[in-house]
Amino acid sequence: MTLAVILAVAQGVLTGAFRSGTSILYAALGEVIVERTGVINLGLEGCMLVGACSGFIAAAGTGSAYVGLVAGAIAGSAFNLLLGYMVVTRRANQLASGLALQFLALGLTAIFGATFVQRRIDGLDTVQVPVLADLPLAGQAIFQGDILTLGLVPVSLVVWWLLFRTRWGLSLRTVGESRVVAFAAGLRPEWLQYQALMVGGLLGGIGGAHLSLSYARVWIEGMTAGRGFIAVALVIFATWHPLRVILGALLFGGAIALQLQLQARNAGVSPFLLDMLPYLLPLAVLLLARLWSRGTRQNQIPEGLFAVFEGTR
Amino acid sequence: MNRPTTLRLVALIAAATTAVAAIAPGFGAPARQSSLIVGALHVGTINDAGYNQAMHDGLVAMQQSIPGIQLIEAEQVPETADAERVMEGMIAQGATLIFPQSFGYLDPALNVAARHPDVIFEHPAGYKLAPNLGTFWSDNVSLEYMMGIVAGKSTSSNKLGWIIGFPIPNILTAINAFHLGARSVNPDVTTQVIVDNTWVDPAKEAEAVNVLADNGVDVVTSIVDSPATVLQTAEKRNIMSLGFHCLCARSSAGSHWLTGIGFTWGPLFTKFAKDVMAGSWKSENVIGTLGEGYAQLADYGPSVTADTIALVEKSKAGLVSGDIQVFRGPIVDNTGTVRVPSGEVGDLGDFLGHADWLVEGVTGQLH
Repeated sequence: MTLAVILAVAQGVLTGAFRSGTSILYAALGEVIVERTGVINLGLEGCMLVGACSGFIAAAGTGSAYVGLVAGAIAGSAFNLLLGYMVVTRRANQLASGLALQFLALGLTAIFGATFVQRRIDGLDTVQVPVLADLPLAGQAIFQGDILTLGLVPVSLVVWWLLFRTRWGLSLRTVGESRVVAFAAGLRPEWLQYQALMVGGLLGGIGGAHLSLSYARVWIEGMTAGRGFIAVALVIFATWHPLRVILGALLFGGAIALQLQLQARNAGVSPFLLDMLPYLLPLAVLLLARLWSRGTRQNQIPEGLFAVFEGTR
Repeated sequence: MNRPTTLRLVALIAAATTAVAAIAPGFGAPARQSSLIVGALHVGTINDAGYNQAMHDGLVAMQQSIPGIQLIEAEQVPETADAERVMEGMIAQGATLIFPQSFGYLDPALNVAARHPDVIFEHPAGYKLAPNLGTFWSDNVSLEYMMGIVAGKSTSSNKLGWIIGFPIPNILTAINAFHLGARSVNPDVTTQVIVDNTWVDPAKEAEAVNVLADNGVDVVTSIVDSPATVLQTAEKRNIMSLGFHCLCARSSAGSHWLTGIGFTWGPLFTKFAKDVMAGSWKSENVIGTLGEGYAQLADYGPSVTADTIALVEKSKAGLVSGDIQVFRGPIVDNTGTVRVPSGEVGDLGDFLGHADWLVEGVTGQLH
């Protein structure tokens, strides 16, 4: 393999990593915020589907993908309020509630999306940052794409800043560590959890809408194909840290692109083996990352989640 | 209502029916005939611009050509024992002809068929028959060959791309026929296959088109559940595309559409329904020929030239008359193995059931 070919493959994989990692990244960022308050949302797949479906319907109806994006975000947020009512207000089991909502979303979006299955929409425009997009290797990947792909790193930074550098983030994290302590400190734990769910749903809806409005530009039932669950897994492996989530999402997207690139270039590896890459690679890398960095407060499981996993919440 | 009353009511209705039938001879029989109830199970939604819509459109055409026929359709029926319950429900509603329209319904349909010998089943493709269950499909290999001609004439990079759900024999045979068609008009052409390992994952389909386009492919086609994503992404990447399953796929492709293969089952389904009503239905494995037209090429896109169309029409005439055989030897696969010796014609039935190879000029990792 010549250097030129390697460079071409690398550029293709990088570009693909950003393109196909985008939806997962937004969903996972939302989930980081939610889980930091001690709520685990296994319905994230459903939240993404709701975002993808309502975003597509709005875009088909108004002719604007940007209206669709806003609609998808709002719908995702509203959908998460359902989970909020079940697990925050009614204190139902979080794991069961999330899964139930995911199946609800699968059915609901299949019904409401049915008449939109073969509609054509104008997707989100591809834009590029002048000069920077011409940088070799990674320029095209990072600085050319739709607004969501371009916003990938900035939005992650904003989420990091919100969680770790603002009073609001501190309050959220306090609730996630201990509702009792948060309450004693004068915070309103349930209201804060609702806030986190709304912001998380907003980002989950955007992640789903990216699939239907930009990436595939179609609505097909079940089109998220498990990306919501991948996002939940990435959050755990990224130790609830927004910047590490970027790594996981890009690895997942890159692995999809890599296996398709290898197929297109006849690398002689079984597509069935290559198909495991998107799951194996992020798993391996994030496990290693976990081994390096222990101990800091930013990398630990929110205490509130223990109760969920132990089955007492 | 207690039991004796029910019985009395049933007896009354039976008597009344008999009386009407006796008074007006011939009235009863046509009434029964014209109210044939047809049940159909779909594995997806009937507006998917793909496989299920092609089936649905055929059923609607059947309904339109036989007045008074009643159609019960069930969408998104899983290929499990649930399918049996759906079929039983349709039979309870009076259905006497059932179309289980997906490959995975074959065994459930055979179970139900065994319980209801008076109900007729017609299943798309398959390798098993029952006295009251027949199967049908149509030759799409000739059409793939013709589509290959359009692709071979339309490419300027001489690189064609395929995205498939799984590397199963009938899909590999379709790819081979496509490439042989393309090569018949463009000896320099190569075809690259990408396996998605799923029938439905639009994001992955989009990425596969992106990767093919990155590697210089300028004509792309697919066999996945719905061609919509591949067609749309091709347009976004400014490369040409070809559809599959449904003639309606064109609506997804815009100006980058070349042509596509669509199944037009209406005439065949109408024949089945008429045979059932006339009592002349037979259990058999029907494979429609190119001439019968149960599958056909879609309208051409704006960039297809008159010369290309003439070439396709010429080869169609040859394929119908038998002068052109898609798998006429010598046919060598991409590892150099001779699959059909010179002077012989390959056994299409065998290829459709067992092919695990790609012809010379096609690349792709199958396993």
